[in-house]
Amino acid sequence: MLRVDIEKQLGEFSLSAAFASEGRVIGLFGASGAGKTSLVNMIAGLLRPDRGTIVIDGETVDDSAAGIHVPTWRRRIGYVFQDARLFPHLNVAQNLDYGRRMNGLAPDPAQHKRVIELLDIGALQGRRPGKLSGGERQRVALGRALLSRPRLLLLDEPLGALDEGRKLEILPYLVRLRDEANVPMVYVSHDVAELRQLATQIVMLKQGRVTSFGGVKVLT
Amino acid sequence: MLDISPAEWTAILLSLRVAVIATLVATPFGIALAWLLARRDFWGKSVLDALVHLPLVLPPVVTGYLLLLTFGRRGLVGGFLADTLGIVFAFRWTGAALACGLMSFPLLVRPMRLSIEAIDRRLEQAAETLGATPFKVFFTVTLPLALPGVLAGMVLGFAKAIGEFGATITFVSNIPGETQTISSAIYSLIQTPDGDAAAGRLVIVSIVLALGALIAAEWFARRATARLHGN
Repeated sequence: MLRVDIEKQLGEFSLSAAFASEGRVIGLFGASGAGKTSLVNMIAGLLRPDRGTIVIDGETVDDSAAGIHVPTWRRRIGYVFQDARLFPHLNVAQNLDYGRRMNGLAPDPAQHKRVIELLDIGALQGRRPGKLSGGERQRVALGRALLSRPRLLLLDEPLGALDEGRKLEILPYLVRLRDEANVPMVYVSHDVAELRQLATQIVMLKQGRVTSFGGVKVLT
Repeated sequence: MLDISPAEWTAILLSLRVAVIATLVATPFGIALAWLLARRDFWGKSVLDALVHLPLVLPPVVTGYLLLLTFGRRGLVGGFLADTLGIVFAFRWTGAALACGLMSFPLLVRPMRLSIEAIDRRLEQAAETLGATPFKVFFTVTLPLALPGVLAGMVLGFAKAIGEFGATITFVSNIPGETQTISSAIYSLIQTPDGDAAAGRLVIVSIVLALGALIAAEWFARRATARLHGN
């Protein structure tokens, strides 16, 4: 599903990571500053590796030796950021529809309905992002990413900006997403409990290096 | 109320036409340049930035004279445009629009550039992850979010264009009905005996137009802030 073998120098920090995974949810675990976000940004194409390859779903999206670097907008990935990044000039319904429109996909009312029910965001449709709570914003961001019909969903500490209560409110949605949405995910977190609940495989990062890789057991 | 004579109306309407055309033509160039200066790093950027601001610091008479040399009948560009496309700037209202457009350009670009710089680039990244090409990102995210700033720039540019005097009179002279704008009409009236009353009326019109534009620009700027906060 996802194969990564990259090197990247970012100022003083050097990132070097290699792993291949068929897991449904790859948990990317590490302290802040371990290089998790840089790694995810490279999978998304927002950052270009100095050397190496990235393969998503059989398609080589980065290969430094062959000079391949597929731009972000053609990678067909979904990305949920810690800070949601909803478009402030669009209401919730327009935000949700954005990816479908940009990719020129035909409307799929059944999928639309399923995602909205899954995330319980039907009542928010007409609202502007400025009028949403943090948890609601994150649920809409999840829906927006899913509705662009990605082949891989990247979640970079999607609960990071929420307080404990809100986290517990969103977590069940993520579990449902894993079990029902049928999209493989890369889930970035520094929270062991979160990853235990969600991940099927763990990539542990420490100061820019993969220190262990395997089942959820490596978290202990 | 103000008892505006037909001759004064001619000057007011000409000023409005010149300023409207100048603003409309300058706007796409202004947006492109504002985006370039806000979002791209390239060789010669500071030179380009200085060039854009040049009309602000150069004596208007110098700008007007340079326009005459370049866009006059015998000028390099002016001669070419007249021969090939039949577009003449010298001593025409179109020349006045060109002079006004150039003189107001720095004021038009500035709010546009500031509003583009204020947009969170991470929103543009988010749009890319959702499948939007850079071209689509610009039209669906950058431009809509910058719109109040774009409008503020247009209003400010318009206000400046309507008041432009030095470059216009140098380039296209002061011909009633063709190139005599409010400013050049006031200038002529002050030099005529008994012209004070008419000059006074045009002065009041100028003040009203300028104030209106400033208030409108301020309103658009406040809208921009509200928009960026998603309310």
